Amino acid sequence: MLRLILVFCFEKIIEFWVEFSKQNTTERGKTVETKAAIQLKNITKTFGSVVANKDVCLTVNRGEILSILGENGSGKTTLMNMISGIYFPDSGQIFIGGNEVVIRSPKDAFDYKIGMIHQHFKLVDVFSAAENIILGLKEKGKYDIKQAAKNIKEIADKYGFEIDPNKKIHEMSVSEKQTVEIIKVLYRGADILILDEPTAVLTPQETQKLFAVLRRMRDDGKAIIIITHKLHEVLSLSDRVAVLRKGEYVGTVNTAETNESELTEMMVGKKISLNIERSEPQNPQDRLVVKSLNCVNREGVKVLDDISFTARSGEILGIAGIAGSGQRELLEAIAGLQKLDNGEILYNNPKTGETDNLRDKTPMQIRELGVRLSFVPEDRLGMGLVGNMDIVDNMMLRSYRKGKSVFLQRKGPKDLAEHIIKDLEVVTPDANTPVRRLSGGNVQKVLVGREIAASPTVLMAAYPVRGLDINSSYTIYNLLNSQKKNGVAVIFVGEDLDVLIELCDRILVIGSGSVTGIVDGRTATKEEIGLLMTKSNGGGQNG
Amino acid sequence: MNGTMLITFIQQSIRLSSTLLLGSTGEMITEKSGNLNLGTPGIMAAGAISGIVGAYFYTSSSAAFSPLLSILITLGCCILGSLLTTLIYCFLTITLKTNQNVTGLALTTFGVGLSNFVGSIINQRMGGTGVAAFPEIGKAYRTTLPFADKLGIFGDIFLSYGFMTYLAIVIAVIVAFVIAKTRVGLNLRSVGENPATADAAGINVDRYKYVATCVGGIISGIGGLYYVMDFAAANWQNNILDQFGWLSVALVIFAVWRPNIAILGSIIFGALYVVGPFLLGLSTKDQELLKILPYVVTIVVLVIISMRDKKENQPPESLGLSYFREER
Amino acid sequence: MADVRTKQIREPLIHITKRDDVSFAKSTVIHLIGIAVALLISSLLIVAITGQNPLEIYKAMYEGVIGTPIANSGINKKYMESIHQAAILLCISLAVTPAFKMKFWNIGAEGQVLMGCLTSAYCMLEFGGKVDNSVLLVIMFAASVVVGAVWAIIPSICKAFWNTNETLFTLMMNYVAMTLVSYFIMVKDKSGRSDLGIINERTGYGYLPNLFDRNYIFNILIITVVTVLMFVYLKYSKQGYEISVVGESENTARYIGINVKKVIIRTVAISGAICGLVGFMIVAGDKHSIKSSIVDGQGFTAIMVSWMAKFNPILMIPISALIVFLSVGSKYATSAFRIDNSIGDILTSIVIFSIIACEFFTRYKVNFRKPKGRGKA
Repeated sequence: MLRLILVFCFEKIIEFWVEFSKQNTTERGKTVETKAAIQLKNITKTFGSVVANKDVCLTVNRGEILSILGENGSGKTTLMNMISGIYFPDSGQIFIGGNEVVIRSPKDAFDYKIGMIHQHFKLVDVFSAAENIILGLKEKGKYDIKQAAKNIKEIADKYGFEIDPNKKIHEMSVSEKQTVEIIKVLYRGADILILDEPTAVLTPQETQKLFAVLRRMRDDGKAIIIITHKLHEVLSLSDRVAVLRKGEYVGTVNTAETNESELTEMMVGKKISLNIERSEPQNPQDRLVVKSLNCVNREGVKVLDDISFTARSGEILGIAGIAGSGQRELLEAIAGLQKLDNGEILYNNPKTGETDNLRDKTPMQIRELGVRLSFVPEDRLGMGLVGNMDIVDNMMLRSYRKGKSVFLQRKGPKDLAEHIIKDLEVVTPDANTPVRRLSGGNVQKVLVGREIAASPTVLMAAYPVRGLDINSSYTIYNLLNSQKKNGVAVIFVGEDLDVLIELCDRILVIGSGSVTGIVDGRTATKEEIGLLMTKSNGGGQNG
Repeated sequence: MNGTMLITFIQQSIRLSSTLLLGSTGEMITEKSGNLNLGTPGIMAAGAISGIVGAYFYTSSSAAFSPLLSILITLGCCILGSLLTTLIYCFLTITLKTNQNVTGLALTTFGVGLSNFVGSIINQRMGGTGVAAFPEIGKAYRTTLPFADKLGIFGDIFLSYGFMTYLAIVIAVIVAFVIAKTRVGLNLRSVGENPATADAAGINVDRYKYVATCVGGIISGIGGLYYVMDFAAANWQNNILDQFGWLSVALVIFAVWRPNIAILGSIIFGALYVVGPFLLGLSTKDQELLKILPYVVTIVVLVIISMRDKKENQPPESLGLSYFREER
Repeated sequence: MADVRTKQIREPLIHITKRDDVSFAKSTVIHLIGIAVALLISSLLIVAITGQNPLEIYKAMYEGVIGTPIANSGINKKYMESIHQAAILLCISLAVTPAFKMKFWNIGAEGQVLMGCLTSAYCMLEFGGKVDNSVLLVIMFAASVVVGAVWAIIPSICKAFWNTNETLFTLMMNYVAMTLVSYFIMVKDKSGRSDLGIINERTGYGYLPNLFDRNYIFNILIITVVTVLMFVYLKYSKQGYEISVVGESENTARYIGINVKKVIIRTVAISGAICGLVGFMIVAGDKHSIKSSIVDGQGFTAIMVSWMAKFNPILMIPISALIVFLSVGSKYATSAFRIDNSIGDILTSIVIFSIIACEFFTRYKVNFRKPKGRGKA
């Protein structure tokens, strides 16, 4: 009994000492701390039967920028979510400043001075920037939004941000929202910053600005983790690179001692060439002629500003632009989903030789005209497919109306589903599995397979490889190329300029809803396209 | 309508408005946390009957009657009863993440059923006359300031009510202030708007939802108690509170989720509800038809809000949705 | 010492994760356990109130549902009444289902049924004796269906065009309907009792005929047909497919060229029309009367039935039967004790609470701190 009490007291003392020393280290700052800001040991996380992270080990030091590199689906975000308290690891240990910690919630993460900037911003739309920044804080004293705004200004000035603390989030551009997110974690005194794909939504110029800020923060002694899959960013920004592949930790290298091909090999496992085949267009004909499209959205913003271009058969037309520059509205307008203020969409029917104007026609009417238009939308499970329905029922989406019967015919769609599963090597238990249970690549194969099965004359694909691993991406590129060879006019909206340059015959660049240039994919450079992306004819918000 | 009638009309409107104001203030707090509690009518009924139970036990005890004690006991019972009822809803929708509409409706069935059931038992025990009445307690609740009736029209219009009427307004003002001007209010609103964001900002979403819904439930329950004790002078009647419960839910929309607007709104609703007998020359059946007005007005407001589609006047964005952190 | 240990634990005490879909068998077992728990609580409650042997209670409940003939009716067996009540609840549940499947929260079934009742009663009073009885029934049927549909279409139009919150809109419509019924009774009632009593009691105008010497058969037949049709409609028809697509994702519906507004209005109209039909059946085939509480909250209960059955028409049969039988049985079992009828409502809600709570266990997995071997979900 006495022994028990003694042990209890002893443990209490140790615990107190650990707490005490933890406080001490944070108070005295860098001098006494170990260099490592955060260490992960053997972290494992599963979702149902999917292993997202397996035995991952990682170290980040103070005053350095660590890139976490990995393909889509390699578990980068899941790993970071465990540090920031969104997910809880199944097993493994996390050390902060040398002490083992338990991070059960985002609140715990803040207490350890960890801040994460999520890819999908976590902001309340109807709140102002300042309200979002102080959200959830337990500051002493009166609730004073004006004082908070002042403090925010100070932080912004220190690192070189521009921000209006009183602006409402729903009135902000993407890069402004990102600024709010970053200031939000700085305001909380974060020493360890995690940024999840921060450049995905930024222009090259905005990216440079962000990188400058990050470098300043590093020099200020903060530990910065940046998740990305863009090699050139990794090389230009970070001090060290940690690579994940299929949820497993591959290794960490110093940026100065590595190169692009070594990193690629670590990322995908085997050396592969980044070359995408590109054949010469055969007998191109004008298939779709778009003339001065204009569109104002519900908020009164001009999303399409006088857009004109031609898509030719047997050719891949790329569309480049910063996310949200009107790509979605453009494709939806062609597909009959977006009301236009003026303009024409002329379709030259190869069968009849006639020309039809598709403007303001519903998708139904377009099909009734005999226009074979296929569309792979950006939002696969929210628009192209129904996540809760099985593959067969998803096949029916396009064809269920066929025939006069009031009842559904499931035979045809079932055959089609099985055909696609076999041809495109879709990994699924069977054709009756809900598509939301499939992995991203397989979902996309189902969607693209269905759209191609309609033997289209025009095929539009918006970000068709987003979130896919390299092998699946190549499957999709090959499918697009084979459609091109069959004489289909392919329109490809992409975000990765390297891919656009490798794959497309011509690239249409849009900025703030208007065409800023059309370049030849065989001769254009990334820098050239990047400049065009930020050029704005209309003087919009990104100008 | 002559002067005396006008004053009576105003008094009646304000009396009824207190029930609606308390009911809807409670529902507003709940909705601000993202919970659409359609169990409010049930909670109001449960709160009221708990008060009646307290009244029954207090009056049947041998102790000498003390007005203050009777108020404290009934109020305490009401708070406890509405809290327990609300906890059923909280546990199901927050912890077990069940559908809020279905749970709320079931809670209304439960609360109204329970109040009828207990009401009939008390009625039976009190001799089965059809009403369970506690006139002394009713009088205690309706006690006004001693000098109220000496102040003429001013006193009649502003000071002729029991303490709960003022309590209702004070609660509404406090709630409005807390929601708009404090840190807690900011956090609460963020939970209702975007729980994932609130969670990432270190706010304990479940705890906020529990506390907001329970506090809201208690306030709504007190609204039920007010109706029985003050408006109905401590007479229990079955199946009376659910319509006021639904009117309270309607008032939340009418007031576009702002308790200070609800103060005015509740008086308008109260007036629309009681105006019938004061319009001379109106037959009984036309008076009955007038009771449609609060509902129709709410519908019109609802449609107008949706047509104007202004960001500031919308319901909390994740109203009616359960939150699960690891949702993928 | 335990204190120190808890501080060192690495997992929260209870940790909830989402699970993959559970098998049908497992989900059935979970639900059966839920129902068993609910029945246990219910009977304990009754025992607590009446102080009787639980077995006696169950026997009395059984009697109440299946039971002996009611004293002075002669024709009616009690079980017909129970079945009929369950069938009516089933039919309202079927009515709300297409709208729910489309994620249109129509909680206005109560009002829509009531408007059907009102229309039928109006026709009985207005045309009774003026036209042939069969013609009168057809008029009542058609008018009730149309009025029920219109009552539902009003909010659905606002939903389709302005995205008006339909939960609150349809809720308000219930009370508008109730007030209209009270008003109607006051207009028609010359006696001043605010009660129309049995309409056309002497003449029987507008009464559905008895089949095979039984009451209710007509209604039960109609409801059987509606059940089968609804099952086929939702599962095998193109319109049913469109409802699922719109319910799952409006964007997908637009993408494949479904006219979303049209589908919303059409589906809710069907919902309202069936509610109107139920109103007709209540008035013409059962109550032959009208009052504002005639639907007795079944419009609300039906919403919960539909939800608990996961929108499956076949599953709705046992669930509505369970709820009605429990409610009828408990009323009968406690009738000797002069207990208020509302005991039925309390028990119904207890059953509903348990069944919806079950859903949690089919969707999530609860992990305790020290898992003894992590089985796959």
